[in-house]
Amino acid sequence: MKALRNYLDKIKPQFKEGGKFEKLHSTFDAIETFLFVPDKTTFKGSHIRDVIDLKRTMSMVIIAMIPALLFGIWNTGYQHFLSLGQEVDFMQIIGYGLLKVIPIVAVSYIAGLGVEFIFAQIRHEEVNEGFLVSGMLIPLVMPVDVPLWMVAIATIFAVIIGKEAFGGTGMNVFNPALLARAFIFFAYPAKISGDTIWTGGLTKGEGVIDGFSGATPLSKAASGAIDQIPSLHDLFFGFIPGSIGETSKLAILLGAVILIVTGIGSWRIMLAGLLGGVTMTLIFNAFAANAYMTLSPLTQVMMGSFLFGMVFMATDPVTASQTNRGKWIYGFLAGLLAIMIRVFNPAYPEGVMLSILLMNAFAPLIDYYVVEANIKRRLKRAAKLVKS
Amino acid sequence: MSEQKIAKEKEPMFSAKVLKLLKNPLNLENPVTVQVLGICSALAVTVQMKPAIVMALSVTIVTAFASLIISALRNTIPSRIRIIVQLAVVAALVIIVDQVLKAYVYDVSKKLSVFVGLIITNCILMGRLEAYAMANKPWPSFVDGIGNGIGYGLILVIVAFFREFLGSGKFYGMSVIPKVFYEWGYMDNGLMILPPMALITIGVIIWVQRSRTKELQEK
Repeated sequence: MKALRNYLDKIKPQFKEGGKFEKLHSTFDAIETFLFVPDKTTFKGSHIRDVIDLKRTMSMVIIAMIPALLFGIWNTGYQHFLSLGQEVDFMQIIGYGLLKVIPIVAVSYIAGLGVEFIFAQIRHEEVNEGFLVSGMLIPLVMPVDVPLWMVAIATIFAVIIGKEAFGGTGMNVFNPALLARAFIFFAYPAKISGDTIWTGGLTKGEGVIDGFSGATPLSKAASGAIDQIPSLHDLFFGFIPGSIGETSKLAILLGAVILIVTGIGSWRIMLAGLLGGVTMTLIFNAFAANAYMTLSPLTQVMMGSFLFGMVFMATDPVTASQTNRGKWIYGFLAGLLAIMIRVFNPAYPEGVMLSILLMNAFAPLIDYYVVEANIKRRLKRAAKLVKS
Repeated sequence: MSEQKIAKEKEPMFSAKVLKLLKNPLNLENPVTVQVLGICSALAVTVQMKPAIVMALSVTIVTAFASLIISALRNTIPSRIRIIVQLAVVAALVIIVDQVLKAYVYDVSKKLSVFVGLIITNCILMGRLEAYAMANKPWPSFVDGIGNGIGYGLILVIVAFFREFLGSGKFYGMSVIPKVFYEWGYMDNGLMILPPMALITIGVIIWVQRSRTKELQEK
C-alpha cells in the first residue's frame, strides 16, 4: 500500500498543468482518489471534512449489490442448464454464469466511465464517481441475453442525456441505470421483453426440454396463468427466470440491510415503497376483476423487480425526494404505481422501472410542497404566539 | 445555399441588410433552436425525411407569402383587428398549399395529415408577421419569411435525417444499412420513431449549436 502511495506521489507532477500527461489529469485524479482518501483540506475558516466522501459512499452501495450479483451469476447458469435438462455440477453453473454476466458488467463500465472521463477532461472537473454504482446497476437490470452493443449504446445514452446534459453527478433528474433500461425497453423491445430472453442461450432453441418456457412469473401472471407462478419459496430465493440481479429476494434484502445499517439507503423510501405496493394490491384484491388482481400482496411484492427497484433504484439519493416527509410520499407512490402499471397494462409487464422514473420527475415537486407546508405551519404557529 | 448565388446576380435587390435576413435565421436567430418556436410540428413530422422536407417547403412558402401580403397591407390594417386579418391571409395560403399537396403528393399529404392545416397556428408564422412584416416593406418581409422558413426547415431535415436513419435504417425512403448488418444482430432503434426522441434530438442540436457559437452562450 505504501509503495503504491509513493509511486503515485512520484508520478503526480507529470499530470499537473504543464506536465507531460496534462491531458490525462482527470484520469489520474480519479484513480488516485479512488485508491486513497483525498488529502485536500480547506484554507479558510474551520470546516470538518468527513473521510466518507462520495467515492466511498458509492463503494458501499456496490458492496450492497454484491449478493444480488453473485446470485445472478449462479442463477444464469442454473436457468441455462435447467432449460437444457442437464444435471451439472456447481462449478459449471458458475462458469457459464460468469461467461454471460461479466461481459455485460465490463461493457457497462467501459462505456459509462469512458463518457465520464471524456466529459471530466473537457470540463476540467474531477471524474464523477456516480457511475460506479450506475455501472453495476445496469447489468443487474438487464436480461442475460441482451446484446452487448445495446448495453453500450444504452449506457452512453443514459450518461450523456440523463446525466451530463443536466450537469453531471448530483444534478441528474432521472436515475441513469433506469434510463439505460428504459432506453433498451423502448428502442429494442424484442430484446428485453418476451419469454425467451431471460435464460442464457435459450434463443437458439436447441435441445430445450419440454415444459420449460422461460417465461418470468410476471408474464405468466399477465397472461392470466396465475396457477403457474412459482412457489413463494422459489420467488424468495430466486430460482426463477428474470433480469440478472432481480430474482433473489434474499440477496436483495441482504443488500437492503447493508444500505440501511450504513445509513446510505433511506429506509423510509424502502418501507414506503413496500407499503404502497401492498396497498395497491389490497385494493386490487377488493375488486378482483381478473385473476391477476387476486394475487396476494406477498406474491405481488416478490414477483419481478419490485423489491430490487425499491431498494436500489428508488433510494438513489440524487433522484429521490430529499425531505423525510417527501420520501414517504415518493416511496409510497412509486410502489403504488409500480403494481398498478404492472396489473393494468399488459404491454409493460414490469411497472417498477416506469413508476420510479415517473416519481423521479415528481420528486422535486414533492419536496417543494413539503417545504412550503412546513413554512406555512411555522408561520401559523408564530402568528399564534404573537397574538397570545 | 442557392439563395445566395441568386443574391449575387441581382445585387441591388439584395443589399447586405436583406442578405442578413436570409442568413440570420439559419444560425443566430434560428426559429427552432434559438427562439424555440414551432416545436410541435418539428416533433410530429420528422419521423421520415420526405414529409419533413415537404413540411419545410410548405412553411417556407406560407411564411414568405403571408409576410409579403401582410406587409403590403400593413398601412391599411386597423391595429385592433390585425390578428384576424393576419389569420385570414395565412388561412387562405395554408388552404392553397394543402390543396396543392393533396393534388400532387397525396401520400405525403396523408402522412402530414392535420399538421399542414396547423401551419396556421405555427408560432414562427405569427411571430414573423407581428414582429417583422407589420413594420417593414414588402420585399424585406418576403425575404425574412423565406429565411425563417429555411431556418425552420433546416432543423426539421436534420432531425428527420437522424430519426429516419437510426429509427428505420433509411435515407429518404431508401434502405441504406446493408442487410448483413441485420444478420449480425443490428436492430433499428424503435425509440427514434417515438416523439420523445425528436425532442431529445432537437435538444442535442441546441447543445451542439450553443457550444459552438459564442454569441449564444449565457454567462
